[in-house]
Amino acid sequence: MKAAVIQFPGSNCDRDMAVALEKSGADVEVVWHKDAALPKGVDLVAIPGGFSFGDYLRCGAIAANSPICNAVVDHANAGGYVLGVCNGFQVLTETGLLPGALLRNAGLKYICQTVGLKVETSNSGYTEGYNAGAEIGIPIAHHDGNYFADDETIARLQGDDRVAFTYTDNPNGSRADIAGILSDNRRVLGMMPHPERAFEEAHGNTDGQRLFAGLIGQLTTA
Amino acid sequence: MKARVHVMLKNGVLDPQGAAVKHALGAMGFEGVNGVRQGKVIELELADGTTEAQIGEMCEKLLANTVIESYTIETV
Repeated sequence: MKAAVIQFPGSNCDRDMAVALEKSGADVEVVWHKDAALPKGVDLVAIPGGFSFGDYLRCGAIAANSPICNAVVDHANAGGYVLGVCNGFQVLTETGLLPGALLRNAGLKYICQTVGLKVETSNSGYTEGYNAGAEIGIPIAHHDGNYFADDETIARLQGDDRVAFTYTDNPNGSRADIAGILSDNRRVLGMMPHPERAFEEAHGNTDGQRLFAGLIGQLTTA
Repeated sequence: MKARVHVMLKNGVLDPQGAAVKHALGAMGFEGVNGVRQGKVIELELADGTTEAQIGEMCEKLLANTVIESYTIETV
């Protein structure tokens, strides 16, 4: 199973993401944003957290228009898996692969803490390792994680079981407590919390492990 | 030629920064500030003959996120 981790100027969770994927059994290649193509045979593209291009203009906006993102959009449209975490989620909304947008936190402060998440669906490669309704703790670290979409979009996401995670105690003002959402084909996941930071015993919390294990297990047997 | 693009959060999209500015103005003793919305202005220096349609495409593709923002173009 082959994974690519995209690296933008300002990415800072790229290495953690690569380690989590590697330790879960993936063969990982880090890909620079100026590359116009993904490595051959990639099953999963991971867009890591950070502050791509200094968050200039809007978080993720410039990254979403970089050469590699055209290839990521093609990969997703061809049915490939894409995981966007934190800044990666912002990039995915900016590319249009996921609906909505991430606004400034309602309290205007940068928030860095472990938060409670409810797994809303186990019906995806990313969440099949959890029981629907399970509560897990995953760290967040963001200034712009306030998920916004119009009423119709929120209703569609909920109706189609595309909300992957919600906050148990909404830290940032996200509509419908949304922390992570899936694409229509359930293969693109964007989430603000960082599962790669709750991966090893040394992190003090391994609740993120099952996301990687479940996904890579599924892609390896597929 | 120059163009000025004004980008604003759409009505109905919560603007926590504008709300904080409104609160600060009230705390400073300015009365009657009933609402504050914060946006941004982007100035473009353009080759002569750049059309409004081309500037519109720049707005749609990069300068504004039309999920949450609206924009107006002013050529100067």
